[in-house]
Amino acid sequence: MDVLWEAADPLSVREVSGLLTDRDLAHTTVMTVLDRLAKKGFARRERNGRAWHYRAAESREAYVTELMLSALDQTGDRQAALARFARSVSGTEAQALMRALGALGRVPRG
Amino acid sequence: MSTAVVILATIAVGCVPAASALAAASWPRRSPAAAIVLWQALGLGWGLAAVGALIAFGATAPAAVSGGALERLASIVTSGAPAAAIGVIGTVRLVCLAAGVVLLAVLVWILAAATASVLRARQRQRILLSLLAHGDPKVPGALVVDHPAAAAYCLPGLRSAIVISAGALDLLDADELAAVLAHERAHLRERHDLVLLPFLALLRAFRWAGVTSRAYRAVGLLVEMHADDRALRHRPARELATALLRVGAAGASGVPSGALGVAHQAEECEVAARVIRLLRPAPGLSNAAVALIVTASAAIVALPAALLVLPLR
Repeated sequence: MDVLWEAADPLSVREVSGLLTDRDLAHTTVMTVLDRLAKKGFARRERNGRAWHYRAAESREAYVTELMLSALDQTGDRQAALARFARSVSGTEAQALMRALGALGRVPRG
Repeated sequence: MSTAVVILATIAVGCVPAASALAAASWPRRSPAAAIVLWQALGLGWGLAAVGALIAFGATAPAAVSGGALERLASIVTSGAPAAAIGVIGTVRLVCLAAGVVLLAVLVWILAAATASVLRARQRQRILLSLLAHGDPKVPGALVVDHPAAAAYCLPGLRSAIVISAGALDLLDADELAAVLAHERAHLRERHDLVLLPFLALLRAFRWAGVTSRAYRAVGLLVEMHADDRALRHRPARELATALLRVGAAGASGVPSGALGVAHQAEECEVAARVIRLLRPAPGLSNAAVALIVTASAAIVALPAALLVLPLR
């Protein structure tokens, strides 16, 4: 997937294999992975001559944003699907509590 | 009307004000674990009693058939409609019987639907994480997502994961990160997501009833406090408190306002309540009080369950 994200143009299976130099993967393995990515909607493919060419359906940033938004979303369903460490606290409230922490003896960092 | 019906109806109706009172009470913060048990019992007991009361009343044959509510229901199903009971009271009974069966089906359905929706959201997260996240030596065992906003959460399930954003990684020092990991591991180990699931189902189905959202928020907060308590076994309270404040304060400014929603005001108090609890821990409830709570919880579930099965007239 990283290879597809970095490429400007759609890539053929052979080109993807060529770019994955750090790993010795069989042509058919790469083909299967690309096919699965396409089926799940992460890659789009188009026929170019006799070979399929693949490109990323969305930019990496778009997926990171989706991941983070669903993590920070505070509506019920998401909250149950993922357990968030801390929900929002206002800046003034946080400062007041930080001062209270400091007053307990050791001064916190920052 | 039989005694069983009266008892079941009393339990079903009584669970609602009991849930309201429990959501407003302050003692659950002193022993979150015991309070969580009581919440589970209230939820399950209410379902059993409400369904049981309707079926028991509807299935009360004028004579002849005795036994528990389920037994009577079975006898009506096998012998056809209670023909002798037709009349105004007979009709009311039939309507109650139908309502009881429908309520049971609805409760089972909403639980299945909530489970399915949660599993779908998690599956999507898992796929995205497998494509985007990477490990980091600063947080062993956790996944890191490169995003400037501060976020830390866990993905419960059989293939669980703890996820930390690059923003949170920059924001917190090593001790605070360890406290965050200890807190999230407690969630995963004790499957707190399953504790919340029935209340999510009730919230989705009965959003119009204020008590469901109060219950959901209360259980959610108790689960967080319980995970805080577990984290305190391994890490000092101050690390956890500063980590909470840093992540919480960064979350308020780093997220587009549209994503925050209306619950914002209530959520603010949650982090503050947890931090105050860490700073000035109230003594836990006595063993006798905890035993009383657990016994009451068992009774809330066992009584309606017994009345459904055993004969009582």
